[in-house]
Amino acid sequence: MATNVLQLPEEEYILPGTRSCSGCGLALAYRHILKALGQKTILTIPASCLTVLHGLYPSTSVKLSNINTAFATTAASASGIVAALKALGKTDFTVVGVAGDGGTYDIGIQALSAAAERNTDFIYICYDNEGYMNTGTQRSSATPMGAFTTTTPTTKLEHKKDMLAIMEAHGIPYIASASAAYPLDLYDKVKKAKTIRGTRFILVNVPCSPGWGFPTRDVVKLGKLAIDTAMCVLHEVEDGVFRLTGRSRAMARSSKKKPVADYLKMQGRFRHIDAEHIDLLQEWLDQRWTRYVARHQLCEGGAEASKAGE
Amino acid sequence: MGMVKILNGSEAAATGARLCRVQVVAAYPITPQSKIPETLAKYVETGQMQAEFIRVESEHSALTVCISASTVGARAFTATAANGLAYMHEQLHWAAGARLPIVLALANRGLGAPWTIFNDMQDSISQRDTGWMQVYCRDNQEILDSIIMAYRIAEQIHVPMMVCFDGFVLSHTSMPVEIPEQSEVDRYLPPYEPHIPIHGSEPINVNPVMLAEPRANAQGELCPSYMGFRLRLQEALQDAGETILTAAEEFYQVFGRDYRHFVWEYRNDDAEIVLLTMGSLANEAALAVDILRDRGCRAAVVALRLFRPFPAEELRRALENAKHVVVFDKNVSYGLEGATCTETKAALFDGGLHPVVTNYIVGLGGKNVDVADLTEATLQAVQGKNRSDGPIWLGVAV
Repeated sequence: MATNVLQLPEEEYILPGTRSCSGCGLALAYRHILKALGQKTILTIPASCLTVLHGLYPSTSVKLSNINTAFATTAASASGIVAALKALGKTDFTVVGVAGDGGTYDIGIQALSAAAERNTDFIYICYDNEGYMNTGTQRSSATPMGAFTTTTPTTKLEHKKDMLAIMEAHGIPYIASASAAYPLDLYDKVKKAKTIRGTRFILVNVPCSPGWGFPTRDVVKLGKLAIDTAMCVLHEVEDGVFRLTGRSRAMARSSKKKPVADYLKMQGRFRHIDAEHIDLLQEWLDQRWTRYVARHQLCEGGAEASKAGE
Repeated sequence: MGMVKILNGSEAAATGARLCRVQVVAAYPITPQSKIPETLAKYVETGQMQAEFIRVESEHSALTVCISASTVGARAFTATAANGLAYMHEQLHWAAGARLPIVLALANRGLGAPWTIFNDMQDSISQRDTGWMQVYCRDNQEILDSIIMAYRIAEQIHVPMMVCFDGFVLSHTSMPVEIPEQSEVDRYLPPYEPHIPIHGSEPINVNPVMLAEPRANAQGELCPSYMGFRLRLQEALQDAGETILTAAEEFYQVFGRDYRHFVWEYRNDDAEIVLLTMGSLANEAALAVDILRDRGCRAAVVALRLFRPFPAEELRRALENAKHVVVFDKNVSYGLEGATCTETKAALFDGGLHPVVTNYIVGLGGKNVDVADLTEATLQAVQGKNRSDGPIWLGVAV
């Protein structure tokens, strides 16, 4: 059953007053991630916006234990925490690495891939703001085609890397994508991940007002539009079974999807994208969406068929 | 009383880690270190050792696993060589900055390019400014013993330690090693108590972002910021001597082997000529000294056992009567000279000592250094031949 807003735990693990930017999509997502994780959690966080949110020594805005770690090392750091807890006989902690897209898609992918191959018992959460926003909006391999960044001043020419497919290829027990704009869906996915053993990977789309160039009040609106245009697709892969979730599943059923131009025009980073590249992006999105819907129906159909056979 | 076994240097290092009841091992293979993780993996899988062995994908991750494991409270161990150590560089700084008592066994090897798998000390010397303690071993017994002492020292002062030994020369050479009883090691080395315990009820944020200036903590006390913490690391290393000597003294009491010195000396009572070096080369130098003595030269060996913290005072005492100091470096600080030579000169200068110092660069990438080379090079240095503005590269055709 999906959690409703009244059922969310009242306990806050982020204290009022963080160093994140106003209207930060990550802050919104992280608040709900931590609610789902609860007290017995050890976090490990590399250099990223999240380090800033956690605060400067000796104060912190987060009420959970956190081991800061170097940029490339999130999953290796988590591996060390998991190993030490096992060696010390402490079995009641959830170990969670939280890194940005730069720390995941780029510099951290080696350690992440290795930890996933070892099926290390931890949750890896990547918050995807589609660039190196902490260092001032440089491109990462998660930056979408057509976006301006300070290192792609004439806009990025390549599509974003399909990190979820890469993680799926590792055969880990749980993979999900979520969005800061749908915190209850995110909360439920983290809750579910917590009950599974082995490597679990959750990708969270977090709109970034200063990096993407939109008014802070539009963070949720833009996050929802990312789903409606299928720039971000909510789904889960559990034991190899793929299914769309939440708003994305509703979209698949109603066959309604908004044009990507609606999403692009709200953001300064796409100001210089030309019509040809909008078409290329739309085509790429449509193909990806078709594949997602087909996989969803295949699995949903399969699940129904197996139920019918019982 | 322990038993004597024939072990190569890698097995001695692994045995040391096992006797220390290391709880987390993370390592990535690299020649000539590979036998260390292989031996530990066998210990763990056959139940001779209770530890988590993480087979990581890189040295960068190997040390990261140790850093996080040590932070959580487990005794952590890794081993590497050459490019592997260079790949750890970022995390070497992190481990020392986080004040974690990790022990790393290093089978010294030259760095590419061009590729070599053979021995010199360029790898560890390149990491001397990372805040780690560094010891250099002369033989396999010293490797095993140094690892046991390393945990004892590192856990007392919260500074990681590198136990360095010559790749192949020691890592692949078998010799008799006395293996202490587990009960004796347990008596010598208490369980690791982390200085930052992590538990669910009192959350903490370890090593967060730092400001340039001191800041008040929740109790209103001013806490040193980045530079303040770095000063504390410097002070810990500067003051480590007493802890190291106490550890050696108690080691001597329990195990009977004597490491109560930062430098190893051979026939240094009346010497005018000192051959100064580190690691297994000290044994070759001792043979050279015997030959030089037979020829009427009052020669001696002074070998640095400890390189960081640098034992300047003890080195000065060992060199106070020397007229010639001939430094044999298996490393070079390009554009200057061997690192041991530079640091020895600095120690001498601070003590007002002015012997003639000659620096030879030897044995890079496994280039053989034999007793005759050391003898002849020393004689030439003393006779004033081979004068040079920079170090003299021994055994290289120009």
